[in-house]
Amino acid sequence: MLFELICFGNGREDMAMEVTQILLSAQSVDSTVRKHAEENLKQFQEQNLPAFLLSLSVELASEEKPVDSRKLAGLVLKNALDAKEQHRKYELVQRWLSLDVSVKSQIKACLLQTLSSTASDARSTASQVIAKVAGIELPQKLWPELVGSLLSNVHQVPPHVKQATIETLGYLCEEVAPEAIDQDQVNKILTAVVQGMNANEANIEVRLASTRALYNAIGFAQANFSNDMERDYIMRVVCEATLSPEVKIRQAAYECLVSIGSTYYEKLAPYIQEIFNITSKAVRDDEEPVALQAIEFWSSICDEEIDILGDYGGDFTADSDVPCYYFIKQALPALVPLLLETLLKQEEDQDQDEGAWNLAMAGGTCLGLVARTVGDDIVPLVMPFIEENITKGDWRQREAATYAFGSILEGPSPDKLTPIVNVALGFMLTALTKDPNSHVKDTTAWTLGRIFEFLHGSTLATPIITPANCQQIITVLLQSMKDAPNVAEKACGALYFLAQGYEDVGPTSPLTPYFQEIVQSLLNATHREDAGESRLRTAAYETLNEVVRSSTEETARLVVELVQVIMTELHKTLEAQKLSSDEREKQTELQGLLCGCLQVIIQKLGASEPTKYALLQYSDQIMNLLLRVFACRNATVHEEAMLSIGALAYATGPNFVKYMPDFYKYLEMGLQNFEEYQVCAVTVGVVGDICRALDDKVLSYCDGIMTQLLKDLSSNQLHRSVKPPIFSCFGDIALAIGENFEKYLMYAMPMLQSAAELSAHTSSVDDEMIEYTNSLRNGILEAYSGIFQGFKNSPKTQLLIPYAPHILQFLDSIYIEKDMDDIVMKTAIGVLGDLADTLGSNAASLIQQSLSSKDFLNECLSSDDHMIKESAEWARLAISRAISV
Amino acid sequence: MAPPDPRRPFKRPAFSDQQKRRDISLQRQAQNRRDAQHQARCLALTTMTLQNDSASASEPEYELREPDFEIEPEAAVKARDFDVREAASLRGREARRWFAKQLMLPEWMIDVPDRLSSDWYACARPAGKRCFVVSSNGVTVSRLRNGGLLHRFPSALPNGSRTNNSNRSGQSYCILDCIFHEADQTYYVIDMVCWAGMSMYECTTEFRFFWLNSKLAESGACTDPSPQHKYAFRTLVVYNSDQEGLKAAYAGPVSYLKDGLLFYNKHAHYESGNTPLVLVWKDENCSQYVLDTDSKGQIPDQQQVVLELLDDGRLATLDDPPVIFGCLNSDFIQKMGSQTGDLLRFSINEGALYFKDGQLERADLNYLGKPNRARAFADSYSKVMFQYAARHSPLRIEHLLASIESSNHQEITTDADMLG
Repeated sequence: MLFELICFGNGREDMAMEVTQILLSAQSVDSTVRKHAEENLKQFQEQNLPAFLLSLSVELASEEKPVDSRKLAGLVLKNALDAKEQHRKYELVQRWLSLDVSVKSQIKACLLQTLSSTASDARSTASQVIAKVAGIELPQKLWPELVGSLLSNVHQVPPHVKQATIETLGYLCEEVAPEAIDQDQVNKILTAVVQGMNANEANIEVRLASTRALYNAIGFAQANFSNDMERDYIMRVVCEATLSPEVKIRQAAYECLVSIGSTYYEKLAPYIQEIFNITSKAVRDDEEPVALQAIEFWSSICDEEIDILGDYGGDFTADSDVPCYYFIKQALPALVPLLLETLLKQEEDQDQDEGAWNLAMAGGTCLGLVARTVGDDIVPLVMPFIEENITKGDWRQREAATYAFGSILEGPSPDKLTPIVNVALGFMLTALTKDPNSHVKDTTAWTLGRIFEFLHGSTLATPIITPANCQQIITVLLQSMKDAPNVAEKACGALYFLAQGYEDVGPTSPLTPYFQEIVQSLLNATHREDAGESRLRTAAYETLNEVVRSSTEETARLVVELVQVIMTELHKTLEAQKLSSDEREKQTELQGLLCGCLQVIIQKLGASEPTKYALLQYSDQIMNLLLRVFACRNATVHEEAMLSIGALAYATGPNFVKYMPDFYKYLEMGLQNFEEYQVCAVTVGVVGDICRALDDKVLSYCDGIMTQLLKDLSSNQLHRSVKPPIFSCFGDIALAIGENFEKYLMYAMPMLQSAAELSAHTSSVDDEMIEYTNSLRNGILEAYSGIFQGFKNSPKTQLLIPYAPHILQFLDSIYIEKDMDDIVMKTAIGVLGDLADTLGSNAASLIQQSLSSKDFLNECLSSDDHMIKESAEWARLAISRAISV
Repeated sequence: MAPPDPRRPFKRPAFSDQQKRRDISLQRQAQNRRDAQHQARCLALTTMTLQNDSASASEPEYELREPDFEIEPEAAVKARDFDVREAASLRGREARRWFAKQLMLPEWMIDVPDRLSSDWYACARPAGKRCFVVSSNGVTVSRLRNGGLLHRFPSALPNGSRTNNSNRSGQSYCILDCIFHEADQTYYVIDMVCWAGMSMYECTTEFRFFWLNSKLAESGACTDPSPQHKYAFRTLVVYNSDQEGLKAAYAGPVSYLKDGLLFYNKHAHYESGNTPLVLVWKDENCSQYVLDTDSKGQIPDQQQVVLELLDDGRLATLDDPPVIFGCLNSDFIQKMGSQTGDLLRFSINEGALYFKDGQLERADLNYLGKPNRARAFADSYSKVMFQYAARHSPLRIEHLLASIESSNHQEITTDADMLG
């Protein structure tokens, strides 16, 4: 046993030998040997962590050891410092920080020493581990000498040491936030990195490592990019590197350029002409990995400008951060022809290859982004290309022309596009049926989908689809569902958007006459032998969902019939026996799709009274199937089944109580699913559905549900996005069970109170954090609303009085904070009303003292938002009664 | 430190149907939660408004925004006793008791109000059962004045049946004040209390009638009965209470059996309990039921009254504050086995109401027994007085018409005075 060896072994030498052997065994092809070694490593770590980590670092640093054991030692060490899950990561960080200082110093010394190793794998591994340690220690100011000692390395003569050191600096920039390093040191790092990229640097490995390191260091260069001279220098070096004879350096240099383009968009103006020159040369002449990055530069500039123009509605307002420099618009006359050229460089069979990414794909994608950036201006630049190529004998030309057309359909105005589409539509429909080339058909079907996505729907003035062409369009699309899987999948996609355009069509849908035929064709597509290819089965079911969602009363009967069809399919998947793991995976995927479809149907039929009763005749069978689905463990399937059950509970109402005995354990299981937090989140929502369906009949399940919800809230493993809905769920439960919520008050209220304190002040400029804080506030407030309304008129109302001061204080403080959104505002003022309504005169003086009952209420009363105003009216009446008694 | 894969979504829509399903579910749940809260608040608002209104019956112009209005402690207690959620489901004895208190009860017209022709409406009252009709949660329920159930049925009112397509949110419940007319099995709507969740308590009669006429027809509730709509609803023809209007209401043909005339003050809000802002008047020409009948349906020789026994033995009318008709001594109460709050029936000896300065001073009463168990309320003072007058010196249609005439003259002379 390893443990004994460490504790009672004969000396350091033996122990080290032992570690080497275990690390090598852990890479053995023999799984028994491997597992045993892994077990030993685990035990070692558990028994004596400091010795374990130290021996790993010693192993990594030992030049005489085999490179494989050194490398693995480094990786195990790295994994002991970092993990993907936030919660685990935090634990590991704390564990490292609590280690004895001398142990840590020895480990760090070993790591730095390894940077001079002649084994490049050992150096590279050490670089990564150093960066992880730096990621923990630099923010705590615990390893102040690190950067200095690395920088002194840079001036060492052996190029491999220099290379490893610069690589380490790159990793370090990736791991550490810019604030953790002094500007002085940042300057030195950047100087070292940029000098390493310079043409004066003779060693190619050093230049490559430097270029890659710069990619990570770009975020650190804020100050340097604000200084004209420094920025000019960095840009010059990067642009020169794009012309390096080494393809890897050119590629890395373009990666830097892409990153600079999005990080320092506003500093690009002086360089954009030069960048255009070098990128267009790269797109035309360079090797593909380089050319792809060159196109990516322009795609990311489009992303920036779309963001800016979207944010300010086309006009830059004086006080916002970044103005639009219209780089794309300026480059347009040269950029568009460049991109159109790339479209002709397709690969054979790229449509069958899920992982394909080539020049034509990148070019077309960029063209689409350009169209979104400049709108109408792109149309005259692309039309000649389309007209010239679309009828050519070479499929590449026809495909490129079609792809160009499909790419520019988002961005330009419908006014500009509709006349062109009206002319092109007939041609497209013919191409989809008759073109001999599958690639052309694929792109044609995709283009039709884009036409329907962007130019068809109730908001558009001129309809593309008319009574005259509707039948032909549908016939062609349904026909194409029998074509090659990739073509059929695109045809499904086109039908999806066709149906979506009719979502709010009113009581009569143009699709009604074809409904049955469409459904049958989609079901046939799902049954194809090759439906697993090109995502066809998924696309067919998703289109079926959309067809159901957009259907009207006229076809309700057919949707009801579909319930049986989907149930039969689901039943079949549950009966399948003795499946290979591959087959089981497919079955699981299918179950997810079927549950999703069932959920859409239940939601559709449950939404109107007559169809609801037609649906409910199947509720026993549906429930039975869904419960069996839970037995198969897969997160996506659980989520879909859970959502179906929520929709069913809503439709069923109080009668849902008969399913509770069997369903409850799955509900509990869902609430316990920390890892797959989406399942947990969806289950929390379903608890709300069940509360509203069962009302007070949910009472007997509440002990279990509340226990789980409270556990969820206390867990630091659960994704934070689930916590606001859990609070809302407290409100749902309280509203359903009324004063019976009494016994949960002592648990729920302190949790609400501490969450309220946390969320009262955002103290953050981070939009995402403010958004989260507001959703948390909303959840807390919905809980309070539900609790107050639940206790209304109960003799136990007085139990809530002690909480009133805090709640009013919470309302006041979020009002003062001035960063709540409209939803929170509406919920908050509603809580004020509920508090006044339920506590009445008991809270009168408290209410009168609160800011909320005056300024906040007045602000809400004069709000333009109808919902806020309505809640405010409620609060006003409730308060006037409470304080008048 | 590899830079991200530059691969972008290719020929794929930029959304996921799974996410769409999730989002739609979340939207539905959020909407259902809002509806549940809204319904609780909506019903609370209704009761609140009722309590507030009854507390301030004497000043209908009063504004809720005013923070220092006074509310009678008793009314406030009643408000708190009431459970919103209970009324929402309209079940059980509590809800029945609650509804019994909610109807607006007209006083009987014992003298002609001022400004009858300008401030009042008149209409012919159908004979039948006065009731509240409530549609909610896909069912329509009618309750009599005593809170007892009359019908439970599907109707075309918003949320009045499971088959109509109105959304099932709490917003769509309705409360109508009706008279059920047996002969044609029709609900005649005499007032609108809530429509599609919108409380009409704070609205003037003028607005309520306007809303009633437009909304009721829109809903389809006035159509002929069908399996989804068991009883037809009709509105009444409402006239301005001027010479012509009054004559039309009094003598004009209607599809139902008339039982007197109703007068509504145009500016009054709907308020529960007795109100002098709605009045009922009858004579033999427009009602078969001018004089009260006894339990056998016969008009007794002597006028009968139902009074409530108070804890000190006094006999009180329904009014607030009550009018005292006399006092029973405790021996007599014990002998009868009566308790405080019991209703007792008396006959009034001929010519035995004594007045002083227009106030009732003493009544000569004979105890007859306890009234029918279904009886929930004592008689109001105005009813006793109207019945008394009907037996002795009734207020005739001519008097009403004459008062309109004279008020017209008065207005003219007032104008003339001002000019002078």
